[in-house]
Amino acid sequence: MAVSVNEAVSAGPVPDHAPPARRRGFRGRSVLEVALLTALAVVMLFPVLWMIETSIKENRDVYAVPAKFFDFKVTLDHYRDVFVSSGGGGRSTLSVAFLNSVLVAGVSTVLATLLGVPAAWAYSRFSVKAKKDQLFFILSTRFMPPVVVVIPIFLMYRQVGLIDHPLGLILIYTAFNVPFTIWMMKGFVDEVPAEYEDAAMLDGYTRLQAFRKFTLPLLVPGIAATAVFALIFSWNEFVFAIFLTSSDNVRTAPPAIAGLIGGTTVDWGLVAASSVVFALPVLIFAYLVRKHLVAGVTLGAVRR
Amino acid sequence: MAGIEVTALHKRYPDGTVAVEHVDLSIADGELFVMLGPSGCGKTTTLRAIAGLERQTTGDIRIGPTLVNDLPPAERDIAMVFQFYALYPHLRTRDNLAFPLRAEGLPKAEVRDRVEEAARLMRLEPLLNRRPRQLSGGEQQRVALARALVRRPRAFLMDEPLTNLDAELRADMRTEIKHLQGQLGTTMVYVTHDQVEAMSLGHRIAILNKGRVEQIGTPLEVYNRPASLFCAAFIGSPPMNLIEVEVADGELRGQGGLALTPPPGLPRDRRLVAGVRPEALEVAEPGAERSVPARVVSAEWLGDEVIYVVDHGGQRDVRVRMPSTVRFDADAKVGLRHTGVAPAVYDVSTEELVA
Repeated sequence: MAVSVNEAVSAGPVPDHAPPARRRGFRGRSVLEVALLTALAVVMLFPVLWMIETSIKENRDVYAVPAKFFDFKVTLDHYRDVFVSSGGGGRSTLSVAFLNSVLVAGVSTVLATLLGVPAAWAYSRFSVKAKKDQLFFILSTRFMPPVVVVIPIFLMYRQVGLIDHPLGLILIYTAFNVPFTIWMMKGFVDEVPAEYEDAAMLDGYTRLQAFRKFTLPLLVPGIAATAVFALIFSWNEFVFAIFLTSSDNVRTAPPAIAGLIGGTTVDWGLVAASSVVFALPVLIFAYLVRKHLVAGVTLGAVRR
Repeated sequence: MAGIEVTALHKRYPDGTVAVEHVDLSIADGELFVMLGPSGCGKTTTLRAIAGLERQTTGDIRIGPTLVNDLPPAERDIAMVFQFYALYPHLRTRDNLAFPLRAEGLPKAEVRDRVEEAARLMRLEPLLNRRPRQLSGGEQQRVALARALVRRPRAFLMDEPLTNLDAELRADMRTEIKHLQGQLGTTMVYVTHDQVEAMSLGHRIAILNKGRVEQIGTPLEVYNRPASLFCAAFIGSPPMNLIEVEVADGELRGQGGLALTPPPGLPRDRRLVAGVRPEALEVAEPGAERSVPARVVSAEWLGDEVIYVVDHGGQRDVRVRMPSTVRFDADAKVGLRHTGVAPAVYDVSTEELVA
């Protein structure tokens, strides 16, 4: 992937001393590349642009035919409606849903990381009986689409009273993220030479101290990359959220936003604004850890 | 300083693989002891068990008078140098050296003195403020050695420390390690799969194979009288020629009629194989005294010597080491004869030395 990015960049300025045939080839390719990339960008980005535009249009303009691209009046009313209850003051149900999303996604990601990273370390470092079978079993929980188990989970949750409770969602998201975290982190731990820990143990540390002081800091990029993926999964999850929650004060953002559609009229401006607000945190988080993310995703390619 | 005593060591992993079948070692105080063997022979596992990084399934390990079976690595008072150096990447050389001392909680002044002493010994003074990333492989290995000796441990354990260096540097470091060990007089256990390293470094060598000790001896003993067919084939480059022999009329004759000097005490009625070093054979003019007719298959000119591969009608071609002053071309008709002392003779079925 990194290679194709480099090629796309270097294809721009063509050195003068390059042989003509090759130069023409380069230019032809770069024109084609730019055209394809532009087409792709338009297809990918237009819905996002339209969502942002809709979120700042007045309702009149949202329904205008022909659609208004530029000449509409900008308003932030929809964003206000996302956070403030329309009945005059107080929190809106959407803002409660956002807080629930933050809680559920955040806690489940932290839990999955806390459980998954030490497990990955143990699987990487120790000789465990039937290690391959265990790892396969852990991976196998991801073979099916999660939605397959939604009914058994629902019945189980009803027995133990976890329906319509944030803990229910936190547990199920953690359960889905732990196998992923173990597998992804095991790759990162394998890359860190075990000799660091051996040396630290000879220098007077216990095994756990050696892990914490030497291996863990080297794993930070991997943990960041893994946590972002886990967070995105929990943040976006829809099916379990809609099955396992019912009341407004437990519901997370995806079913809450979906709930906006389906009345007699649909307030598209509000839907768009809440979608923008919903998309932002993950974007910001990914941006903050982008350095680790790139390092994390490409770590395996570097010879130690 | 202390000797190391390993008794009936056995290591079996939870997944069922047996890394060490049965190993007994008795390493003297101040000895440079080399464990040599192919990969998977159990030499590294044995070393890691001595270090305390692996817990043996059964067997005892003593360092000095202390039984260390249940001691964690830190309390065994040993230092280890790894193949990948294992310098802490975020620390400068100075801090890498000081690290084990600070972990022990020594006073600052003493830490500084000892770091400087170790740096002087390994000539690291100009590198003290660099990080491992900024050091070459050889420099990193010198830092790793300095970090081991800064602790003044009772014993050094070396796990293939020179494998990642290029050939020239490896020879230099070999000399340096040998010199260092002699100077400090500290017991050193050195693991390698490189027989040249083993021969040039070790006071004594243990050859391991499939989790068992095949032979323990000085480099010369190991070279001259390998204790088993495995050792015979493992030590020496090119390795010993293994020639099937028969005892007839007080003579030892190989296939093709090659006559060997018979060692005393040969057993009768057993299939025997003689291990003949390439330098104990000679390629001569055809028809020379005591020679059998043979043909040169190929010749490797190494500058100071020639390795001839010779077909003398035996099952296998033999290798002969000759000075480069003697020249025969490939395909030349020659005579092959044995010139050395009595060869080591092995029983084919037990693969052990019989005479």
